[in-house]
Amino acid sequence: MTFMETLAIAWEGLTLNKVRSFLTTLGVIIGVASVIIMLAVSAGAEATIAEQINSLGADLIIVGPMRGIPGASRTFVYEDALAIAESVRNIVGVSAEQFSTQNIKGGDSALDAISILGVTPDFPQVRDYELASGRFFSVEENDRKTKVAVLGYGIAQDLFGTQDPFGQQITIGSTRFTVVGVMEPKGVVADVDYDGRVYIPITVVFQKFTTTAVGSDRVRTVYVKAESREVMDSVIAQITAVLAERHDVDPSQPDFSVQTQQDIISTQEATTEAFRNLLAWVAGVSLVVGGIGIMNIMLVSVTERTREIGLRQALGARPWDVQLQFLLEAIILSLVGGLVGVLTGIGGAYIFNALGTMRTELVPASVPLAFGAAATVGIFFGYYPATQAAQLDPIDALRRE
Amino acid sequence: MNDYLITVKNLIKTYGSAEVLLYALAGVDLNIRQGEFVAIMGPSGSGKSTLMNILGCLDRATEGTYILDDEDVSELSKVELADVRNRKIGFVFQSFNLLPRLPAYKNVMLPMMYYRAEDRPEAEEREMRAIKALESVGLGDRLEHHPNQLSGGQQQRVAIARALVNRPPLLLADEPTGNLDSRSSEEIMALIHNLHAQGVTIMMVTHEPDIAAHAERVICLRDGNIVSDGRDGASECERQRGAL
Repeated sequence: MTFMETLAIAWEGLTLNKVRSFLTTLGVIIGVASVIIMLAVSAGAEATIAEQINSLGADLIIVGPMRGIPGASRTFVYEDALAIAESVRNIVGVSAEQFSTQNIKGGDSALDAISILGVTPDFPQVRDYELASGRFFSVEENDRKTKVAVLGYGIAQDLFGTQDPFGQQITIGSTRFTVVGVMEPKGVVADVDYDGRVYIPITVVFQKFTTTAVGSDRVRTVYVKAESREVMDSVIAQITAVLAERHDVDPSQPDFSVQTQQDIISTQEATTEAFRNLLAWVAGVSLVVGGIGIMNIMLVSVTERTREIGLRQALGARPWDVQLQFLLEAIILSLVGGLVGVLTGIGGAYIFNALGTMRTELVPASVPLAFGAAATVGIFFGYYPATQAAQLDPIDALRRE
Repeated sequence: MNDYLITVKNLIKTYGSAEVLLYALAGVDLNIRQGEFVAIMGPSGSGKSTLMNILGCLDRATEGTYILDDEDVSELSKVELADVRNRKIGFVFQSFNLLPRLPAYKNVMLPMMYYRAEDRPEAEEREMRAIKALESVGLGDRLEHHPNQLSGGQQQRVAIARALVNRPPLLLADEPTGNLDSRSSEEIMALIHNLHAQGVTIMMVTHEPDIAAHAERVICLRDGNIVSDGRDGASECERQRGAL
């Protein structure tokens, strides 16, 4: 008997009970789809991290209050940023940041709950973020708490449309500001919508928008840009020394954190990897469960068709003919499951992305991987029932009701 | 080359362990000539099914030799036995054993699927042969019918067509009329006579004396031994049963 004929017989056997065949493949479908979605999700997470590296640059040092230490955020203040700018060598710039959420008005429009980011004049340079038009505010304006604002590109569009916003008045909260510039479009990077924010001197945030009465010059984050990667370690050591002295703490147990972009990435990568491993287990387990389902139904099928097997044996089917017939049934089940699973996985990954639930990026290699895994499951879990069928004694098989 | 299709010497088949040894066949000697029509009778448990299974290469004897068509098949492997069944033996069962999901002509094509690659005819040729076989049993107008659309007698005729399609020298029929009414039984027996006339060797198990009467020779088994063998075997068998 040729392979194609055996294949045709196996296919015939499966179409005999379509609902059962479909339910049997469901386990494999879920397993394969989750392999593909899992890889797409973790590839999406990795892409987000990669974007963060590109958006912030590898020579950036992030200084902030140490998380998990009570009161640490109270002691991390604007003076710390000024001290770093003054005494740390080999740095290009320092940008302190604190933000507030306010309603704004300008032109003929009003916008609710907009992020107002208080920064220092080094901000564009430190964050590699250029202006589209106008200028950024100056050191003097920051020192004098001048009410000037630089708009994110999207905010400028929303308030003024095609009009030139330069020199226009806007109201943030209840304070009037003069627009001096518009930032270039940057979009959403690593969950931050740069275009949807307004940038003003940090001193004005302290004066007008900080809600806490005490320690109103608290800073959320200070970004320090080093001259090059080579001086990073030295810059980190200097920052640590300056802050430890100012805060009067042991440098080995600080109430502040000094991190590079690389540190943050490593932490996130570890999280992503743990997540991916977990998903890999889930996918693997569901494939195995799917395989057991196939084995179960194949054993039922062999029992149900014992007489047919006996008849085929009497008519001259060799043990291998019978074994191949049932093995192919199992493989067809798993491959059809694999195919539907691949389509479901691709569709699922696409839908997750489109709905914004999760960022996903389809990994092309995951398709043959998942398909191969499905085929392996079919062969592995089909082998035992097929062997059972091939080893049936023709006399017993023919006699069975 | 001799003129015996089947030569069986001292055939023994035992079941069970050394302590409780059951002899299904207790040393059977049997010669069947090419073209003979033999009926096998005997009460249940007499060993007639065991003998048929061994002659049909579905089972192997514990001891003894079995030569079929000049080939000693007693020592063949499972795979070789499958080939012998395919080429040399046609089976007709009491319960027809047709595959319900296949139309009649596809049922008849089944044995040809298991031909060895080297001497397997093309698909078209196989279909032609199946159609011819069905025509020869009078079902030329039922090719596409599924078994459940056919009467019992018609189903058994499909089974006979299937048994003959490989042109085997030996036809083994196990109670071929056991599930049929008397009219269909007569039709099937007429068909078998017809095959006999064409030179096919026929061995048929039956417990009905009037069916056995169709055969040229009746072998009667009891307790694993041949107790009578000859033209009047049927009445001899009946006589022995009556004596019990």
